[in-house]
Amino acid sequence: MGSMEMYLPLIWAALIGVAVAMYIILDGFDLGIGVLFPFTKSETERDQMMRTIAPFWDGNETWLILGGVGLFVAFPRAYAVIMPALYIPVIVMLVALVFRGVAFEFRTVSRSKTGWSFAFALGSTLAAFSQGVILGGLVQGIAVTNREFSGGHFHWATPFSFLCGVALVAGYALLGTTWLHMKTEGQVAARAQRQAKYWLIAVLVFMAAVSLYTPIAEPRIAARWFSLPNFYFLWPVPTITALVAFACWHWIERGREVPPFLASIALFMLGYIGLVISNYPYLVPPSLTIWDTSASAGSQVFMLIGTLFLLPMVIGYVIFVYWIFRGKVREGESYH
Amino acid sequence: MDADPVLLARLQFAFTVVFHIIFPSFTIGLSAWLATLGGLWVYTGEERYQLLMRFWVKIFAVSFAMGVVSGIVLSYQFGTNWSRFSAFTGDVIGPLLGYEVLAAFFLEATFLGILLFGFSRVPPWLYTLSAAVVAFGTMSSAFWILAANSWMQTPAGHAIENGIAVPVDWLQIIFNPSFPYRFAHMLNAAYLTTAFVVLGVGARFLLEGRHLSEGRTMLRMGIGLAVILAPLQLFIGDQHGLNTLKHQPIKVAAMEGHWDGSKPADFYIFAWPDEKAEKNRFEISIPHGSSLILTHSWDGLIPGLSSVPPDQRPPVTVVFFAFRIMLALGFFMIAAALYGAFLWWRGTLFQTRWFLRIVANAWWTGFVAVIAGWVVTESGRQPWLVYNLMRTADGISPVPGATVLGTLALFIVAYGIVFSFGIYYMNRLIKQGPDAGGHGGHEPGFLSGNPVAAAQSPGRET
Repeated sequence: MGSMEMYLPLIWAALIGVAVAMYIILDGFDLGIGVLFPFTKSETERDQMMRTIAPFWDGNETWLILGGVGLFVAFPRAYAVIMPALYIPVIVMLVALVFRGVAFEFRTVSRSKTGWSFAFALGSTLAAFSQGVILGGLVQGIAVTNREFSGGHFHWATPFSFLCGVALVAGYALLGTTWLHMKTEGQVAARAQRQAKYWLIAVLVFMAAVSLYTPIAEPRIAARWFSLPNFYFLWPVPTITALVAFACWHWIERGREVPPFLASIALFMLGYIGLVISNYPYLVPPSLTIWDTSASAGSQVFMLIGTLFLLPMVIGYVIFVYWIFRGKVREGESYH
Repeated sequence: MDADPVLLARLQFAFTVVFHIIFPSFTIGLSAWLATLGGLWVYTGEERYQLLMRFWVKIFAVSFAMGVVSGIVLSYQFGTNWSRFSAFTGDVIGPLLGYEVLAAFFLEATFLGILLFGFSRVPPWLYTLSAAVVAFGTMSSAFWILAANSWMQTPAGHAIENGIAVPVDWLQIIFNPSFPYRFAHMLNAAYLTTAFVVLGVGARFLLEGRHLSEGRTMLRMGIGLAVILAPLQLFIGDQHGLNTLKHQPIKVAAMEGHWDGSKPADFYIFAWPDEKAEKNRFEISIPHGSSLILTHSWDGLIPGLSSVPPDQRPPVTVVFFAFRIMLALGFFMIAAALYGAFLWWRGTLFQTRWFLRIVANAWWTGFVAVIAGWVVTESGRQPWLVYNLMRTADGISPVPGATVLGTLALFIVAYGIVFSFGIYYMNRLIKQGPDAGGHGGHEPGFLSGNPVAAAQSPGRET
């Protein structure tokens, strides 16, 4: 293996990792808004919640496409195994995203908002849940023969993947509450502050459950975390997680606006890093590594050149748009 | 259950892609139209341009949302239903889709936020610039998608190593032999489709006797565009046809319903291709028509369907009729555009009610022509998924047919609901017209105050 064949897949794995992380953070809080919809009865308040994310959601969701397409670009053989293996949760996620996506526009032009509010809530929750199931299904392993998916059609449907699904719903709801507290005023902000604490507790419970379950169920993950000398390097991950959770709680109590949101993002990232540590270098655990499924060097280089040039631009104008819509939502701001 | 997974995967892709293509064909053109209106507004300072822009932004928002969600479905379907195709071609067309996301999709999706919600937050020039950026984004999106699709039609610049296609020359891959024609044909189709929608809405307003000033502007701008684009489309389509004859002759034979390659080809205005008997029934033809069009000679020979075995022919009936639908609508659009221009020149465009009635009811022509055109090119490629490289049947995922059938049903129900509501809402927005919300007259300082608040009054929903 030449050094290019060695490092290119690593660079690409890192880039896709960044895209997925961006997605989890950005679409996370706006999916979370949908999860929180049932906890208010007032359509006016729902309007306010929706306005905090309306200018951004479309761009946020694009990171999901980048993650999927990035996998297709850099690791086509992994993409071709993962998608059929997780066929049903992927399709459920897509259909949920369809309803949720059109709800943004339809809700504003419809005479009665209730129906599309329901579609938005259900679509967001189901999309979040499916994403958790997809993640869980991947972590617990995919059966591969001759570089093709060879497992049963419902292999993904296990208690563990459903646990991951619920965990992600709770996680997105936490991001949603802290985002709302930051971007709104009055009733909505006050409720978000109250709810944030409950969601934080739920997230910690689920994180603990997943962290305990994976090493018990998967010996390779136990070996990764608890063997020496790995343990010396890895113990800070759970420790920092505990500290961040404590700080998040504290800031919510104090009514701080930005820090709880940043802390929930940090919690997400720590969980994500934990999963990466558990599964590296597998892209399709437990058999295919990032090198096994990598696209040819020519494809990876061609795309890398464009990415190094375009990705900073994308991040630049995304920041610009967030800056334009900075601050609390203004009353009645819409194009309708 | 022994449902045929190949057929079902194809049906599912056909259904989702036909649903999707409706929206890009509209939003590519509409975003350019919005940018044009914005430019005119900033340049002339005239109220009607701003009113029109704000009116069309609402319709744009609804159709863009449907385009986005159906596009996400497609981007994942390569993996769910066509995993062997993905494994085989990922190295070549993966990066093309990657560039689409990075260079085009992010641009559209991000600046859309400003276009929809930034009216009171940014100065007019930046607002207009955002519309232009969205327009540029949708166009670049089409560029990369068409590059990927064209490579599947006329693959070039690749080599086959260890059973997968690997890139050799990226310029040849992107600018493969059929790409320029396909890209020009699709882009022009999108602008023409939008021109006819704008035209239709303008005519509707004039017939109903309301929003007269905006209606006239739309009618003039729509006719102005269509009179250039519709004939141009005939020329591009003709060039595309010649290119297809060179690279995919059997597709052309199917479009023409031409079986016997040993004699000059007639052009069949109508016929019923009989694939078993290998001939047409009920022919109404222009003798030597196809020979003249395709070879520019009276006795020119073009390959016939019988020159290849049946398992290498596309579904002739589908391709044949879809091609005729596209042609008929194309000629209708040319006629309508030319006659409209004639009326404009005579000064009676706004009074000729029968003509207004026709264009008001013809807003859909571009959409159907686009769908028919895609059916021609995609069905015409069969039985190949990647022309001469991979058969469609070899590209599918190892997923049971019953699952594909189930999810197909799910998509049909979901899209049925979404589409019905989308059409209903768009129609209502058009009914409300450009000054819905009643903030007529002058808008004082879009930077101070909040001009949109008026549009939020409770009366809006009634």
